[in-house]
Amino acid sequence: MKKQGSWVLWGSATLGFLFLYLPIISLVIYSFNESKLVTVWGGWSLKWYGELFRNEQILNAAALSFKVAFISATLAVVLGTMAGFALQRMGKFKGKLIFSGWISAPLVMPEVITGLSLLLLFVALESLFGWPAGRGTLTIIIAHTTFCMAYVAVIVQSRLAGFDETLEEAAMDLGAKPSSLFFLVTLPLIMPAILAGWLLSFTMSLDDLVIASFVSGPGNSTLPMVIFSKVRLGVTPEVNALATLMILIVAVGVLVAMFQMRKRPQPE
Amino acid sequence: MTIAELSPEQQKDTNKAAAKNPLTAPAPDLWRDPNAKPFVVFDNVTKKFDDFTAVDNISLNIYRRELFCLLGGSGSGKSTLLRMLAGFEQPTSGRILIDGVDMAGIKPWNRPVNMMFQSYALFPHLSVEKNIAFGLKREGLADGDIKKRVANMLDMVQLGHLGKRKPHQLSGGQRQRVALARSLVKNPKLLLLDEPLGALDKKLREETQFELMNIQEETGVTFVVVTHDQEEAMTLATRIGVMNTGNIVQVGEPHDIYEYPNSAFVARFIGSVNLINGRIIEDEVDSVRVKSQDMDAPLYLNHGISCAPGQEVNVAIRPEKIMLSRELPEQTDNRCEGTIEDIAYMGSMSIFRIRLDSGKEIRVTQPNIARDMGARFTWNDRVHMYWDVDSAVVLTS
Repeated sequence: MKKQGSWVLWGSATLGFLFLYLPIISLVIYSFNESKLVTVWGGWSLKWYGELFRNEQILNAAALSFKVAFISATLAVVLGTMAGFALQRMGKFKGKLIFSGWISAPLVMPEVITGLSLLLLFVALESLFGWPAGRGTLTIIIAHTTFCMAYVAVIVQSRLAGFDETLEEAAMDLGAKPSSLFFLVTLPLIMPAILAGWLLSFTMSLDDLVIASFVSGPGNSTLPMVIFSKVRLGVTPEVNALATLMILIVAVGVLVAMFQMRKRPQPE
Repeated sequence: MTIAELSPEQQKDTNKAAAKNPLTAPAPDLWRDPNAKPFVVFDNVTKKFDDFTAVDNISLNIYRRELFCLLGGSGSGKSTLLRMLAGFEQPTSGRILIDGVDMAGIKPWNRPVNMMFQSYALFPHLSVEKNIAFGLKREGLADGDIKKRVANMLDMVQLGHLGKRKPHQLSGGQRQRVALARSLVKNPKLLLLDEPLGALDKKLREETQFELMNIQEETGVTFVVVTHDQEEAMTLATRIGVMNTGNIVQVGEPHDIYEYPNSAFVARFIGSVNLINGRIIEDEVDSVRVKSQDMDAPLYLNHGISCAPGQEVNVAIRPEKIMLSRELPEQTDNRCEGTIEDIAYMGSMSIFRIRLDSGKEIRVTQPNIARDMGARFTWNDRVHMYWDVDSAVVLTS
C-alpha cells in the first residue's frame, strides 16, 4: 500500500512541476540555440549571450532595473520594518485588524490598479506642487517602494510575533538604553526577516512590468519593459538569453530569501 | 572573581569578611540585629494594574548579603515585587530604597541591580562570551578589562571551555550558568533571580542550589530570589517571605517558617501539615489546652500565644512529629487512635494516612530506620498516635 501511495504521490508531484516549469525549461534550452530562428534548433551555443552584452539598449535597461530594484528594496525595507514593528508593538487596540489588513492589501491589489492610481497621484502632485517633475526613474522607485514595503512589513511583523520580549528587558537590565536597544538586540534578531524582505523586494522590483509601464517616462524603460516591447516585434533568441539570466537572478533571490525566513533565532 | 574586580564598596565588605575567615565568609545575620541598616527597603509599596492589585501595601526590609526568597504561588505578587526592584514596573504608591537611595524614576539601565530571568533571556545571536560581555560593553570598559572579567566569570561558573558557543548549543544547565554569569559580571549591588532553578531537572536542581549558595557567599552580593518551590526556598534562603494575594504573610528564617508558621496558609504552603480544629479550654502563660471534636484527649501545647478561652483555633502538627504505636501511650494529652487507610512507601520514609473515628484524616510520616519497617504497620491496623507538648503550634488565623 505504502509503495503504491508513494508512486502516486511522486507521479502527481512530477506532473505538477512539469506543468509549472516545462515552459521555463524550454525557454532556457532555446536560449542556448545557435540558430537565428527561435523555433529551429541549430545546435548549442552561447552566441546570444554574447550578443546580449553588446546590445546597448538592453544593457541600459538592465542598469536602470538594477538601480531601481536596489534603491526601492532598500527604501521598502526601512519603511516596511518601521510599519511591521509599529503594528506588532502597539499592542492590542481597536481597529488593529483593519490596519494589518491595510498593510497587506497591496499584496493582492491588481497591479493595473496600483499602477494607475500611482500615475494619477504623480500627475496630480506635479500639477499641484511641481514635484515629481515628469515621470522617470524617481517615480518608478517610489512606485516600487510602495508595493514592496507591504511585503517587508508582513514578513517583519510575523518574525516579531515570535520575539521573546524579555530579551529586550534583559538588555535594559544590563545597561542598554532604549535608544540603542533596537540596534543591539532587536535588529540583529529580525535581520533574517529584513534580509528576506529586501531580497523579495529586489526580485519583485526587477520583475515588475505593469506598474513600471504606468509610471515611467520616455527614455526610462526597465528591463521587463524592453523585453516586452522586443517580443511584440517577434521573439528573438537574444530575448531568450536575457530571460534566462533574469530567471537565474530571481530564483537565487527567492531561494536565499526563503532560507533566511526559515532561520530560527533558537533552533532547538 | 578576584577581589581587585569588585567595586570599592564590595572590596571593603570582602576584606572585612576575609579577616574573619578567608574562604567561606558566613553571611552576617544582620536581620537579627534590630539596629542594622536595611539594604533594600519596601516602604508601603502598592502596585495596581488597572483594577487588579498585584502588590498590596507591602513593607519589607532585606539586609546586605542576604539570600532572600520571595515564596508564593502564581499571582501572589512575588514577580511584580521583583520587577519593581529591577525597574521594569513602577510602584503605584510607596517607596523602594536600595542601599539608601530612593529608586523612584530610576530607569532599569541606571540601577545597581541585575536580574537573572526565568527564561534566562540569553541573546541568541551572541556567543556565550559576548552575552556575558554585553553589560560591560554598555559601561564602556576597555576591551582588555572586559575580556579579563568575562574569562573570570566563565571560570567561576565552570564554562571556560564553552565561551565561543552560541546559547542554542548549550544544555539547560549550562545556559543557566551563562545567565548567572551575565547577571553577576557587572558586580551588581543586588542580584534578582526569577525562578533560577525552575527549568532544571530535579537532580541538576539540587546540585545547582548548593552552587548558587556558594557563589552568593563568594561574591557577597545580596540575592533576592523569587520561587514557587518551597523546598528550593528552604535550602537556599537566609530568610523567606511567604506571599499570598499581594501580601507578605510571614517573614522569617526557613526554620522559623516551618516550625512556627503564623497562619494556616503558611503551615499548609510550606511542607505538609495536619490542621486540627478546636476550642481553647485552658489558657496559661506559656501553655494552652485545646479541645477538638475530632479526638477524645485534649491537645496540650507549651507555646504561649495571645488567645482567650473559648476561642476557636487550629492546631498544626507536622506529619513527621507524630509517633505511632500499637499500645495506648502513657500520656493523657496529645494522643488519638485511628485506622490505617493508606501507606505510601517512599524509600527513606513511609507516609501513613490514618482515619480517626470522627472521620478526620491524619497524615503521619515515619522514617524507615530498619529494612522491615514497612511491615510493622499495615493496612486496616488500629494504631495510636501521640506527640510531644512542644511539637504542635496553635494558629489563630
